[in-house]
Amino acid sequence: MEFYLQLVISGLVLGSIYALVALGFAIIFKSTSVVNFAQGELMMFGAYFCFSMVVQYKVPWIWAFLITILFSIALALVVERLILRPMIGEPVISIIMVTIGLSSVLRSIVTAIWGTQIQVYDPPLFPEATVNLVGIPTSQVYLWSFGLSAVLLFLFAVFFKYSKAGVAMRATAFSNQVALSMGIPVKNIFALAWCIASVVSAIGGILIGSINGINVQLGHFGLKVFPAVILGGLDSIPGAAIGGLIVGVLENLSDGVLKTTLGLSGIKEVAPYVFLVIILMIKPYGLFGKKEIERI
Amino acid sequence: MSVAHCGDFRQTYRDDMTVLRTRFIRIAVGAFVVLLYLSPLITSNYVTSTMTTIAIAVIGALGINVVTGFTGQISLGQGAFMGVGAFACSYFMRVVHMPFWLAMPMAGLTAAAVGMIFGLPSARLKGLYLAIATLAAQFILQYVFMHLDAVTGGSNGIPSPPPEFGTFAFDGDRSKYYLTITVAIAAVIFTTNLLRSRSGRAFIAVRDHHLSAEIMGVNLFKYRLLSFAVSAFYAGIAGSLWGMYTGYISAEHFTIAESINYLAMIIIGGLGSVLGSIFGAIFMTLLPQVLTVGTGALADIFPKIGFLIMSFKDGVFGIIVILFLIFEPDGLAHRWRMIKTYWKLFPFSY
Repeated sequence: MEFYLQLVISGLVLGSIYALVALGFAIIFKSTSVVNFAQGELMMFGAYFCFSMVVQYKVPWIWAFLITILFSIALALVVERLILRPMIGEPVISIIMVTIGLSSVLRSIVTAIWGTQIQVYDPPLFPEATVNLVGIPTSQVYLWSFGLSAVLLFLFAVFFKYSKAGVAMRATAFSNQVALSMGIPVKNIFALAWCIASVVSAIGGILIGSINGINVQLGHFGLKVFPAVILGGLDSIPGAAIGGLIVGVLENLSDGVLKTTLGLSGIKEVAPYVFLVIILMIKPYGLFGKKEIERI
Repeated sequence: MSVAHCGDFRQTYRDDMTVLRTRFIRIAVGAFVVLLYLSPLITSNYVTSTMTTIAIAVIGALGINVVTGFTGQISLGQGAFMGVGAFACSYFMRVVHMPFWLAMPMAGLTAAAVGMIFGLPSARLKGLYLAIATLAAQFILQYVFMHLDAVTGGSNGIPSPPPEFGTFAFDGDRSKYYLTITVAIAAVIFTTNLLRSRSGRAFIAVRDHHLSAEIMGVNLFKYRLLSFAVSAFYAGIAGSLWGMYTGYISAEHFTIAESINYLAMIIIGGLGSVLGSIFGAIFMTLLPQVLTVGTGALADIFPKIGFLIMSFKDGVFGIIVILFLIFEPDGLAHRWRMIKTYWKLFPFSY
């Protein structure tokens, strides 16, 4: 029983990070209808940049964190302006491919600067001592990651609901043309969407990096976010959060259960995709997704 | 009629359906095919071997162009379907003791069956969702390759016996080249004709406007699934040939990077164009080789950047794809048409 509880807890933590990255993905998709295959690389870039600050330049954590956020905003602005803006209005496949190309470029920059070895944050972001959570020893990194993700998700929910920029973003997501005619600067909204996505991904990258260490495999984490967003519904922001949590828990549970009962290893890597196919067959628009109705 | 018209003068259906329109084009294409068959006699083994990989890539690229370029369904699983073909072909030959000429189409059919399973969501979905479904296919199949030891040899891989025809074994560079190029030419002819058939027109109708297509009586689900099957069939054939070419199949070859490579081929070559698949396959096969030579030369000049070479290749690949999409979104096939039109009217361009 304790074994399963542990699996659920680490699944929830993993899921909360999925949720963060999925939030970034959903924001970009919702307002700019770009499917961003480079989400994982944005994560990786943030994680490595923060590593540089903390370990190589010995910047205190709080400052390193803030500088990383500023850096990811700058990165997003450059990417949006140089690569995504010329692609506005192009077919879906071109846009998917351009983000794949972008991921390749970002990955090559990361390996050129930081190499391919696993790096760890030293000093660690959170204290290492474990705490007892309902009788189960849990490392503090987990609790902090979960807490931080939850706070960020809550803040963004409030932002979209009440702030002027958030409302403008939702209007843009509803229809670019209507938003433009209401005086919303749609191009700036696109840039803002990329900035938010880049920042939440970088934070996700730092969190997952402080749990598992940072390496180039983080890029694949970005792809594993797809099951989460599909489950939640591609264009739904609360959906991304709930989808992330569910996928994280399911992934961990199926891994643990299949390993102990059938001796299958490495299910973790593939389980989210199996859910993905099942979800697509049963409920293709996800839990909260808007069903597309087309008219001629 | 050996001169090209500077307008559209087709008057009969027969005229309209002709693939090679003028005598000049017929002669040029014929000469090109003859040249393809003669080239191993005059070029080195290295060139022949590179041309074999290009021919394999052409088959795979034609396949993904059927599903993505013609039917408009984005596929991110071409690499994995190739893997299915390669492992299936090896399995049929080693365990079932089929001859290669039977095992290869069977491998194609196996890949087509697997492709159809992952194409099933296309009953209700399109575009983006399918891209993600095929991405899942890619990762699930990769997992299967690594863990289904009996068929795939797990992480060690498995040998692929050379095809034999009577007492003749295809085990030299040249014989492998001849086999591959013949299949590739057959694939090009088949695809060109497929597109002139009812199914091909249905594919294009589904791509251009699926609702209108449905109203015109095109069964969307049937043709989407069919295009997935055809695409995976090509991938299976390409995979079997790849297994034959390398003699040893390992799961590491059929990763997401390979799938992306194929997608990049048809985007760079030209979506929805047979010629584009060929151009793209040539471009994407030669690019890494050129980059290797280029980075090698750079490493001689600046010895300290040796460790950067791997990441450099990855980055150049990405930059080329991005630049193509921004500046040449219709691909090399479009550029080729522009050049042809230019020369057709050469001194008097109006």
